[in-house]
Amino acid sequence: MQEILGKYSKEKSNLIQILNEVQEYYGYIPENAQVEISEYLSITMAQIYGVITFYSRFTLKPRGKYHIAVCLGTACYVKGSEKILDRAKEKLGIDVGETTKDGKFSLEATRCIGACGLAPVFTVNEEVYGKATVKTLDEAIDKIMENPE
Amino acid sequence: MKTLEEINKIREEKRKELDLRINTSADTREKHILVCHGTGCTSSKSTQIIENFRKIIEEKNIENVRVIQTGCFGLCAKGPIVIIRPEDVFYAMVTPNDCEEIIEKHIQNGEIVQRLLCKDIDNKTVQKLDELNFYKKQKRIALKNCGVIDPENIEEYIAFDGYKALEKVLFHMTPDEVIEEISASGLRGRGGAGFPTGRKWLFTKMAEGDQKYVVCNADEGDPGAFMDRSILEGDPHCVVEAMMIAGYSVGANKGYIYVRAEYPIAVKRFQKAIDSAREYGILGKNIWNSGFDFDLEVRLGAGAFVCGEETALLESIEGKRGQPRLKPPFPANEGLFGKPTLINNVETYANITKIILNGAKWYSSIGTEKSKGTKVFALGGNVNNTGLVEVPMGTTLREIVYDIGGGIPNGRDFKAAQTGGPSGGCIPKEHLDTPIDYESLQAIGSMMGSGGLIVMDDTKCMVNLAKFYLGFTVDESCGKCTPCRIGTKRMLEMLEKITEGNGQKGDIEKLENLAVNIKAASVCGLGQSAPNPVLSTIKYFREEYREHIDFKECKAGECKALMKLSIDPELCRGCGLCKRNCPVDAISGEVKQTHIIDQEKCIKCGTCITKCPFHAIKG
Ligand SMILES: Cc1cc2nc3c(=O)[nH]c(=O)nc-3n(C[C@H](O)[C@H](O)[C@H](O)COP(=O)(O)O)c2cc1C
Ligand code: SF4
Ligand code: SF4
Ligand code: SF4
Ligand code: FES
Ligand code: FES
Repeated sequence: MQEILGKYSKEKSNLIQILNEVQEYYGYIPENAQVEISEYLSITMAQIYGVITFYSRFTLKPRGKYHIAVCLGTACYVKGSEKILDRAKEKLGIDVGETTKDGKFSLEATRCIGACGLAPVFTVNEEVYGKATVKTLDEAIDKIMENPE
Repeated sequence: MKTLEEINKIREEKRKELDLRINTSADTREKHILVCHGTGCTSSKSTQIIENFRKIIEEKNIENVRVIQTGCFGLCAKGPIVIIRPEDVFYAMVTPNDCEEIIEKHIQNGEIVQRLLCKDIDNKTVQKLDELNFYKKQKRIALKNCGVIDPENIEEYIAFDGYKALEKVLFHMTPDEVIEEISASGLRGRGGAGFPTGRKWLFTKMAEGDQKYVVCNADEGDPGAFMDRSILEGDPHCVVEAMMIAGYSVGANKGYIYVRAEYPIAVKRFQKAIDSAREYGILGKNIWNSGFDFDLEVRLGAGAFVCGEETALLESIEGKRGQPRLKPPFPANEGLFGKPTLINNVETYANITKIILNGAKWYSSIGTEKSKGTKVFALGGNVNNTGLVEVPMGTTLREIVYDIGGGIPNGRDFKAAQTGGPSGGCIPKEHLDTPIDYESLQAIGSMMGSGGLIVMDDTKCMVNLAKFYLGFTVDESCGKCTPCRIGTKRMLEMLEKITEGNGQKGDIEKLENLAVNIKAASVCGLGQSAPNPVLSTIKYFREEYREHIDFKECKAGECKALMKLSIDPELCRGCGLCKRNCPVDAISGEVKQTHIIDQEKCIKCGTCITKCPFHAIKG
């Protein structure tokens, strides 16, 4: 945390930059991080909370070890990405925004990630699966389930 | 640090060295293997392809061959793409395993690897990029360097006239002359609204203020659009240079670029461009002894569509919730931190250096009477060649969809195209010949927008499409004003009702009334334009709305609740494809006999409709 803060001046306008780094590092914005940011930038906790909840990229709950994001941008939607999302929900038994009990998977519906040329698209952590089908998703999830680590 | 003389020397030497990139008869013994490293191709393993090529070249000790990463070539659907220069041979859908063969056959023996060549829509095998129908009607201005240079290498940018426009402006033009040139070019904002760029620069220059800012809007919120991303990934320096020219013209010495955090590669390449420009003495204090200072900073968005709206974007750069401000005052007078601020879109900036170097006259000779130059579109949806295309203004939708895009896949028919994303509207078949420019699109109830162009075939339901966009706006409304927050939710509920078979007479009129109210009473462009997709689908597909409401019928077969699937015995040839693909075994039938669907079992997933090669299954 200190390392992240150290990169920025105490200017209030750095809040979103810092939150982005924290989100990237922890996969969510932990409460104690909020406290530290609040002290560092002299911004109230309420203001920080307001900013976190405004932007969909910031989350207050930890994500699963494997974060699956299905694109519901227009290009992907038109190519049937909703079916892939439905399948992911069914297979993992969770809804969008949730994490499986064992903390392994979490699911998100994203807007365009800019790979529309390959629509429909979903991602597992950093890896992008283009021209995806329900089958691609099944295989991706099965692969993770079979190899626990 | 490099002096201007040193930069000019780099340009001269590098330009000679890189001639083979654009000249098929270049005088050279070198070969360059260009590998697309844009987002599309990267996600299908182009990084691995680059590594493999380099490894093989080293192992085999081959001389005079270089492997270069470039930005997007445009034809992302056929990626990963590899191009060999100078001969300009173009390989599509390359996998990391193909590298060895390309090296052995092509590089070492001068033989073309036939199996990796691309087939055009007319089934002709194509060797060169320019021979593809996809490229024939395109004109690349904003994307000029994309796919030609290594975006992370400033010297390659310099080689192709990079930072030459900056030199011209700093030493041979006054700020007023620059603004005059931009005005005369007829360039209009590419972020959506189409405001004349020169006029915006002039307002910002005239505004009083000790400190001014230049901002680049790279939030690219329209889902299904990736023009700005590709420019930042493929040619980041052209935006750096343009922002500097803008800074010089309006009297700003500090710039910010606001990029979506969902675009990590673009962020990284742009940051790298800033770093190299500083290192070469192009960004910083007293640039080339001209007395002009300029520096740039990257700011990340965090996933809020409304932050693409210029005043919300400024709030967000200031570290706050991105809620739009009331206008006026306009950013030109009171923008970032209350100071006069110029905001332009990425693609708008990408045109600037070319206008400065080639002149306003040249630029304004391209396009239509009121819309000059070119426009980049992200072509997506039900079209064969999905990807990035840049065409002169005035090109018709038909040319884009059929000549460039190669038409609709699976033998389906064109139904409509959507431009302008959630703020825009649909364009039906009868307007396929509309020339694409700001005025014509507006006249038919759509808008240019930022460049997303989604094509839909006849399996797409327009009521469902309107619902999709409304769902988006409801999610993204910032909640500041009631008409937008509550009104759009109301509209969404009504559309849900209709698509679920609970629509009532009068619903269409109610939707229209609500739409007019929301448009009139919302504070920012998001609310003001949110009803557009509904209005335009009603305008062109009123009958389809009626069918949903009066007959509880969705002919396109997308609204599941209304679907009753049946197989047309006249068309069914009994191939069994539907049966094999049905997830719940609802289809029965013997080979070569008409198949039938068990309505009880059918979960209306729609799979069989898309699978049937004879279009025998109808919703
Ligand atoms: C809801 C909303 C979203 C917008 N999103 C973007 C965007 O993603 N990118 C963009 O350049 N402009 C966007 N705009 C337009 C900007 O407000 C602004 O007009 C533009 O950045 C000005 O640059 P230009 O004159 O070069 O087009 C959006 C506008 C609205 C109302
Ligand atoms: S119109 Fe919608 S997005 Fe715009 S300020 Fe009002 S509530 Fe926010
Ligand atoms: S896929 Fe079409 S043609 Fe083949 S059995 Fe099914 S309905 Fe008949
Ligand atoms: S719609 Fe789906 S469930 Fe129904 S028959 Fe077709 S494939 Fe089977
Ligand atoms: S719409 Fe899915 S990646 Fe763009
Ligand atoms: S990303 Fe490679 S061609 Fe577009």
